[in-house]
Amino acid sequence: MLRGLWKLTWIEVKVFMREPLGAFGTIGFPVLVFLVIGRVAGRNLPAPSLAASSFFRVGLPVLAALLIAISSVISLITIVSIYREGGILKRLRATPLRPQTILTAHVIVKLALTAATLALMVLAGKRYYPIGIQVPWFGFTIALLISTLSILSIGFLIASIVPTARFAQPIGAAILYPMIAVSGLFSPINSMPPVVQAIARLLPMTYAVSLLEGIWRGDAWSKHIGDIAALALVFFACIALSAKVFRWE
Amino acid sequence: MNNLRTPRPVIQVAGIRKTYGATVAVDEVSFEVNDGEIFGLIGPNGAGKTTTMECVEGIRKPDRGTISVLGLDPFRQVYKLQDRIGVQLQQAQLQKRIKVWEAVDLWASLYKKKPADAKRLLDQLGLADKRNAWFMNLSGGQKQRLFIALALINDPEVVFLDELTTGLDPQARRAIWELVRGIRERGKTVFLTTHLMEEAERLCDRVAIIERGRIIDIDTPQRLVDRHCPERVVVLATSDSAAEERFRAIPRIESVVRSDLQFTIRGRGDDLVTEVIHCLSESRIRVTDFRMIVPNLEDVFLKLTGRSIRD
Repeated sequence: MLRGLWKLTWIEVKVFMREPLGAFGTIGFPVLVFLVIGRVAGRNLPAPSLAASSFFRVGLPVLAALLIAISSVISLITIVSIYREGGILKRLRATPLRPQTILTAHVIVKLALTAATLALMVLAGKRYYPIGIQVPWFGFTIALLISTLSILSIGFLIASIVPTARFAQPIGAAILYPMIAVSGLFSPINSMPPVVQAIARLLPMTYAVSLLEGIWRGDAWSKHIGDIAALALVFFACIALSAKVFRWE
Repeated sequence: MNNLRTPRPVIQVAGIRKTYGATVAVDEVSFEVNDGEIFGLIGPNGAGKTTTMECVEGIRKPDRGTISVLGLDPFRQVYKLQDRIGVQLQQAQLQKRIKVWEAVDLWASLYKKKPADAKRLLDQLGLADKRNAWFMNLSGGQKQRLFIALALINDPEVVFLDELTTGLDPQARRAIWELVRGIRERGKTVFLTTHLMEEAERLCDRVAIIERGRIIDIDTPQRLVDRHCPERVVVLATSDSAAEERFRAIPRIESVVRSDLQFTIRGRGDDLVTEVIHCLSESRIRVTDFRMIVPNLEDVFLKLTGRSIRD
């Protein structure tokens, strides 16, 4: 059923790497920024206050992980809409390739790039962020994978309905980035106005943040079953919806 | 060899209709394409050619009507069908930075059947030295040939070609016509669309003329011309002062128009030319010019629709 998946995935990786800013923009640039911040922060923040240190210890890595995930989701939205506008989706469709194979290939590429960026960051950042010593990397990776899949499904829904490639990137950014603001990453959900709290509880980013922060801190998975259920719900709802509204051309 | 005598339809389209909002793109379209022939759907841009073809390919669902391709329902059994056909779409693109060999390799991996020899295919299509070129760096003709290669990679039973030479220079066009004839010689069926009447005349065994979503007539190009445009025109030049009178005496002639030394003689049927030649030799009229204007599909289209296909 998924005939051609690996070949298509591999080709998409190669095609992406050939883009002028492909490899550097997605992998190199975030790592570079991370290193620069690490150098500066490492030197200038010898004794952080308790609140600041909590943000630096937990919030910042989670924020970095989410930003990488979101940027790959936005790049997915953009690619799908460019492929649609250019007739590439239609051309692929006039073969025995199944639509789910085409989309799965793109998701795999994005997940792989997210994972590669994060791994490089961790390796590069080890010198500047000694806090990483007790972090459950494996668990955090799984948690990020779950979060990314959920955000990707929103991305797919956006990609299914954006009218043209020109709008894809701004619309994706306008929907995804503000979700972080109310996700509880910067201030606890409970301290927000009731309306914002209600909105926050509807957004998957809130559950992604809760899950990622918890796992980073070393929580047991059982404490976050609610988060995972919410993320899964969003995933299946968005996939079902995009299957209905997806346009090939 | 029963197949040779009775044509076996591999595509059957009956009464399909397709609307986009309030626009009726295709209405009551019915036709059959026989095994081993090159069948052309011809008409101006926007006549419904591509919509019809995409319904037959299974990537669009008609609102009404039935289609059968190789005994399959193209919409419900689309993957089974895609396995056995080859498709070249109008205005398609590939990933900008995909290499020629990667595209061919990917396509070859998608089909159940053992794929055609990719290297030979690229050789035949003159793409051998472009194997490592990115899609975005190919010329229009090279892209078109790559799409034909992709349409042929699974050694398909039916090949669909939508406006395959649009935007190509005459030389590239002729090369591609040769290729399409080659496909037929290997026993495949070709279903193509074109708005170029010359292409239809030189390539197609049978054509269907479509205009404003409806099929007006279907037949061989020659029979369509004979049926709808039996007029024949002879243009000749002579300084013989008695000529005009003699020409007017030719039986079943419709008109003789003179301008200076040039005469335009109109009539019907293939006999007109014989009659004119007969008249010239009998009356010993010396001519300095002698041309026939034979109608073609373009004239058929004009006659049937009241407008030129180029409009």
